[in-house]
Amino acid sequence: MATGISDKVVILGMGCARFGERWDAGPEELMLEAFTEALDDAGIERDQIEAGWLGVFYDEQSVGKSAIPLSMALRLPNVPVTRVENLCATGSEALRGATYAVASGACDIALALGMEKLKDSGYAGLPERTKGSFDDLWMPNYTAPGAFAQLASAYSARTGIAMDDLKQAMAHVSWKSHQNGALNPKAHLRKAVSMEQVLNAPTVAHPLGLYDCCGVSDGAACAIVTSPEVARSLGKRDLVAIKALQLAASNGTESGHASWDGSYTLTTRTAAKRAYKEAGIENPRVEIDLLEVHDCFSITELIVMEDLGLSEPGAAPKDILDGVYDRDGSVPCQVDGGLKCFGHPIGASGLRMAYEIYLQLLGRAGERQLDSPSIGMTHNLGGIPIRNIASVSVFGLAS
Amino acid sequence: MSERGILAFGAYVPQRRLPRKTIADAMAWANPALKAQAKGERAIRAWDEDSLTMAVEAARDCNLADCDAPQTLALASTTLPYADRDNAAVVVEALGLDERINTLDMTTSLRAGTAALANALRAGDGSSLVIASDCREARPASPLEMQIGHAATAMLVGGGDGLLARTLAHRAISRDLVDHYRARGERFDYTVEDRWVRDEGFFKLIPGTVQPLLEEAGVAADNIDHVIFTCPARVATRLCKTLGLTVSALADDLVAQCGHTGTAHPLLLLARTLEQASPGAKILLVGFGQGVDAFLFEATARIADYHPHLGVAGHLEHRREETSYLRYLTHQGAVPVDWGNRAEFDNRTALTALYRNRDSVTGFMGGRCEKCGTVQFPSTRICVNPECRELDTQEPVSLSGVKGKVKSFTEDWLAYCPNPPMQYGNVEIEGGGNILMEFTDCEPGTLAIGMPVEMRFRIKDVDARRSFTRYFWKPTPVEA
Repeated sequence: MATGISDKVVILGMGCARFGERWDAGPEELMLEAFTEALDDAGIERDQIEAGWLGVFYDEQSVGKSAIPLSMALRLPNVPVTRVENLCATGSEALRGATYAVASGACDIALALGMEKLKDSGYAGLPERTKGSFDDLWMPNYTAPGAFAQLASAYSARTGIAMDDLKQAMAHVSWKSHQNGALNPKAHLRKAVSMEQVLNAPTVAHPLGLYDCCGVSDGAACAIVTSPEVARSLGKRDLVAIKALQLAASNGTESGHASWDGSYTLTTRTAAKRAYKEAGIENPRVEIDLLEVHDCFSITELIVMEDLGLSEPGAAPKDILDGVYDRDGSVPCQVDGGLKCFGHPIGASGLRMAYEIYLQLLGRAGERQLDSPSIGMTHNLGGIPIRNIASVSVFGLAS
Repeated sequence: MSERGILAFGAYVPQRRLPRKTIADAMAWANPALKAQAKGERAIRAWDEDSLTMAVEAARDCNLADCDAPQTLALASTTLPYADRDNAAVVVEALGLDERINTLDMTTSLRAGTAALANALRAGDGSSLVIASDCREARPASPLEMQIGHAATAMLVGGGDGLLARTLAHRAISRDLVDHYRARGERFDYTVEDRWVRDEGFFKLIPGTVQPLLEEAGVAADNIDHVIFTCPARVATRLCKTLGLTVSALADDLVAQCGHTGTAHPLLLLARTLEQASPGAKILLVGFGQGVDAFLFEATARIADYHPHLGVAGHLEHRREETSYLRYLTHQGAVPVDWGNRAEFDNRTALTALYRNRDSVTGFMGGRCEKCGTVQFPSTRICVNPECRELDTQEPVSLSGVKGKVKSFTEDWLAYCPNPPMQYGNVEIEGGGNILMEFTDCEPGTLAIGMPVEMRFRIKDVDARRSFTRYFWKPTPVEA
């Protein structure tokens, strides 16, 4: 009987590059920036790393295929390295690989690094790419904002909440994240914005305006993981343990069957249920002290608050406007600024989220520090609402 | 000629109409004579339409329910998207016709539509689907730009008891009178003085063909109830007088509503006439272009009971005005608009994949699960219904006629689309499926959840680098 990975693996060290339009840095520099910090934090030698996982989404415009560029940039000691890609959950997928390696007993110390160099594309937004030789023949040439904007129209129809009211709650999501991002030296966008600015911004994909969309940035984040025993033997006292790492992938129901009404993310619900079980969480709204969710667009954050079981169905807009998810609310969300202010270098985001949870749990978040949180959660949603992969990870202070 | 004639007909006129005044307002600085022609409007294709998509829609407008499958499909046009690829074969697949059919592209003359009709009428047995479709282009500020329009017409031709109109006589002549021409690879016609065309073409060749036609049929000119000419109105009136035809029998040339629609035009006017004709009515149809095709038809008693889905009249009513001459020019490909780097996306088609999936993509065939009944697209071996998931239970089902409703939508200003914003969303189809689709013929700000939609055959996108046009189906909002 499988027992899951809860408490079997702890984080030895983490690092996060400064996110932004890093015209100065290529993929190698970004990877090294995150890795150097993590290695210092872990207090080990590079050659103690026994395996590595690299998360990169757009390999065609940064490092190419395989994880050899990771091994070369970091000069790893010829250890096995694996490149993983799972859309926007790529960073979490890399962490899963390293975590499973340690949990299985295959190695003592493993590395997970997520990186994306988006700003070599030459234009704003995510680069265009093929959807596959068959889907290119019939699927609309959608963009990410257009695909996620679908959630808003369907959610409004399901709940009867007028689009203008929904827009207010969506604007609050972005307003709150900008407030938080302004405090974070590693964030890309560090300016607070007003509700009016958010609401009056030009439309990107109805009803999403410019401030409903996350930034597009370069970035990298890194975790070095090990077992609690090895960590203690290395002299570590305060440890952040991985309580749950769960992924759920679409199987065609949303894209092909009318039973899905278009207003929620089926996979988030599934992954959350599994993660809560793995971590032993019964009442997430009470037990989760902070979380980082996949706020690629404001509407995504709003909707996943219900999918994660934090807001009651139809109640997310009210909870958001009531400040429940603000940094001084009962369940602070995106205290680092989120994708909204970090941008979304795809391969890095999942690990960037984990980095903030890690800092907060250890009381090392500086100006952003919350009052002694003990359980944190991250959530990614890769793909588009009709076809996606969701990851839900829970972290907590090791007992 | 054995007893053959018309068994069914349908038409397609694109919804967009460009008022001629809009052209004159934009271009009279270059050619002040345009002001004198600034009356009425012309039908123009949407960015995602071409002669092929319009041909499919005209055939779908026919009421073919009770008719036998055609043995031949002839597609007439001077503006077919492919010079070497059987355009008619694409129409066969889009219409879901039996592939054991003779296909034929007829082109290179404005008379191709009536020539295809004549061929079908002369064929031995079985029925032929004749489709004429054109979207000619003209140089900005040219007189032709004012005159032409885009449309398609389909006619099912055959014999038997189901005739709506029987053929009494047909005559053709061929004459290399070069009133205009378009060489291979050219986009625009080269035209010559219309006075010469009138005097040496219309006034000589048409009477020279129609006179013996009436004599052969033994029908007196003043007994003709409907006269269809595609030449200019004043020419048509004078031809009536020359031939002894009743001027009041002249069919409306529809130039004011849609313009001269090329190879489709004589058939479009015939379809419009058939919509109005009484049983027993005698109809003279004359097509012109490097010669003449003249036909004499007689409507049967069945004409009173036949109705195309929308027909010419219905399509002419479904109009939306194009207010921007520049947008019209852009969609003609005449203005190299900067669509941004995003539009550089390489959309090369894997022709192997298109061939494997031609039933899904061109024919819009989905699957219906024999066990749970769920209608789904694309059809795969395992049922999409999460409560079913049976293996190999899919029966092919045509989705081109499926009704759907809007489940979610957006207006996307970031996505590359020649007519932004790109509008797309989830469409719930009758039978329990869901498809993410791009909407067409839909003004921004009008989509709503639950809105009913019907499917149209349209251009999906164009690979400009390799000059390959891809087609798929798009929902358009319809009245509930």
